[in-house]
Amino acid sequence: MDPAGPEDLKLLAQGVRSFVEAELQPHEALVERLDAVPDELFREIQRKALAAGFYALNMPEEHGGGGLTSPERAVAEIEFGRVSRALGVICNRPAPILKACVGDQIETYLRPTIRGERWECFALTEPGAGSDARAIITKAVGDGDDYIINGTKQFITLAMRADYIITFAVTGVEDTPRGPRKRITAFLVDKGTPGITVTPLDVLSNRGMKSCIISFDDVRVPGRNILGAEGGGFAIAKTWIFSGRVMLAANCVGLAERAMGIAAQWANTRVAFGKPIGQFQGTSFKLADMATEIHATRLMVFDAAAKMQDGTITQREASQVNLFGSEMVGRVTDNALQILGGMGVTKDLPLERFWRDARVERIWEGTSEIHRDIISKDVLREFSA
Amino acid sequence: MKLLVPVKRVVDYNVKVRVKSDGSGVETANVKMSMNPFDEIAVEEAVRLKEKGIATEIIAVSIGPAACAEQIRTALAMGADRGILVEQDGVVEPLTVAKLLKAIIAKESPGLVIMGKQAIDDDMNATGQMLAALMGWSQGTFASKLTIEGDRATVIREIDGGLETVSLSLPAIITADLRLNEPRYASLPNIMKARKKPIETLKPADLGVDPTPRLTVLKVEEPPKRQAGRKVASVAELVDKLRNEAKVI
Repeated sequence: MDPAGPEDLKLLAQGVRSFVEAELQPHEALVERLDAVPDELFREIQRKALAAGFYALNMPEEHGGGGLTSPERAVAEIEFGRVSRALGVICNRPAPILKACVGDQIETYLRPTIRGERWECFALTEPGAGSDARAIITKAVGDGDDYIINGTKQFITLAMRADYIITFAVTGVEDTPRGPRKRITAFLVDKGTPGITVTPLDVLSNRGMKSCIISFDDVRVPGRNILGAEGGGFAIAKTWIFSGRVMLAANCVGLAERAMGIAAQWANTRVAFGKPIGQFQGTSFKLADMATEIHATRLMVFDAAAKMQDGTITQREASQVNLFGSEMVGRVTDNALQILGGMGVTKDLPLERFWRDARVERIWEGTSEIHRDIISKDVLREFSA
Repeated sequence: MKLLVPVKRVVDYNVKVRVKSDGSGVETANVKMSMNPFDEIAVEEAVRLKEKGIATEIIAVSIGPAACAEQIRTALAMGADRGILVEQDGVVEPLTVAKLLKAIIAKESPGLVIMGKQAIDDDMNATGQMLAALMGWSQGTFASKLTIEGDRATVIREIDGGLETVSLSLPAIITADLRLNEPRYASLPNIMKARKKPIETLKPADLGVDPTPRLTVLKVEEPPKRQAGRKVASVAELVDKLRNEAKVI
């Protein structure tokens, strides 16, 4: 395979990149300063993205989405990695779990989201349940045809912008051969429903995107708003989790490439002790490592994307690409900042932001520790007698 | 009406070009290549004419190495319908390009050729005019506005001191200037479709044209390095230096 990505996907990469460079990147400094995307700018970018078709790329064509395959999606996500997330997310790639919409849900939620008329947010994580998702305690209790939801969700990105919340809640406990197990159900909850409060958090990474706390206080949701089946929330979330991990690594490739580009330009032009600092091995070897690690991640991303497409990807492979990609972008942005020296920490250049943004990659789609746990268990299982 | 749009593969406008060490030309190995920006404007204009129902088919042509297929694909992603690649390695001079385009016109009978006014690599600004002469067709060069009505084209040209409006009979050659339009993004559906659109590959011999260059490049060199500026303490010193050192006043 071509390391730059499959040859026939070049055109797609070019298309997304020219959109990202012309329509998104110029607003990064503003968004960073305001810690928000002004509404007018948001709508303007969304309108352009919709017109050019760089919207809901990952959703099925039959519902008006871009219908991209996983390798195509990976190519696009590498390019979206080249811009701050607060801006990149305006070209919404809705949560794949929405593909589980049936009946009226398709016209009420799925299609309007693909058309850019509605926004979803994905609410699984809670103050006491992150990587250990089964530990969630938000409850949904049946009441006639409705459910009453109570609980708190945390670190929910785009909750300010969203007008409905894909909410995971416990609807009961079942006995299994391995002991009792919570029945977890996904609900489509309109954000305007009484009892919902959204509070933004002030965070280190991805300024302008807003990570939020959502509290549910006796929130009444009709039973027809269950996404998938009662107790089947994790069954439909599973496919989503793999794609999230692979695409995260793709984003990391884009961000790392951009950071390396700036560092390499600096190394070529900044003179110290009479020569460009790129002539010193302390600098040049850092660049060599960056280029090599980025290349390796690219290959892992395309391998994982191809396996996702034919349905053979394993949990271990998804964790490996996520782990390697997120740690790679941490090293690359850190070394790129180091090459820029004092300029690296100023707000005049975007390196300090890359460095901050890279930090959350090792946390939010599963921490590095969780991924190592998954991978190592699989290795041990493979070699057990 | 069929439209023919020639597109050239050139060093991307963002690249800082370097002269080859032997002085034979500009380094193009491992350099980002793109479609000539003026040709992109020409493609955009053609696509707009098709959207208005004036054009029925847009054929993008590129002449050069096999990699020119990339620029044809870009044109296809913007909305062109099919491509023709005339494969020729090495230097292809404007007159050769014009002769090859003439042969393609004979095959395809377009009603209009829209092309960039010049390529940003060699800045020849010659191919459109040569093609018009070879065909005996009208030409509207440096177009900043194009209107087609029936069998006539009205072209507004940017000239020294103002705008000139010319009326041409079709078929004609139009060369696009910077302000003719702002090219669109290739949209996702068009990018996906472009991968399936056909590109026909030909050799100059298939079109009966001898591509041997008639011009010889003697030397390509970097422009002289700009001297650093100097600060002066007073107007009197400035005038003195301009008069006695620079000898410009």
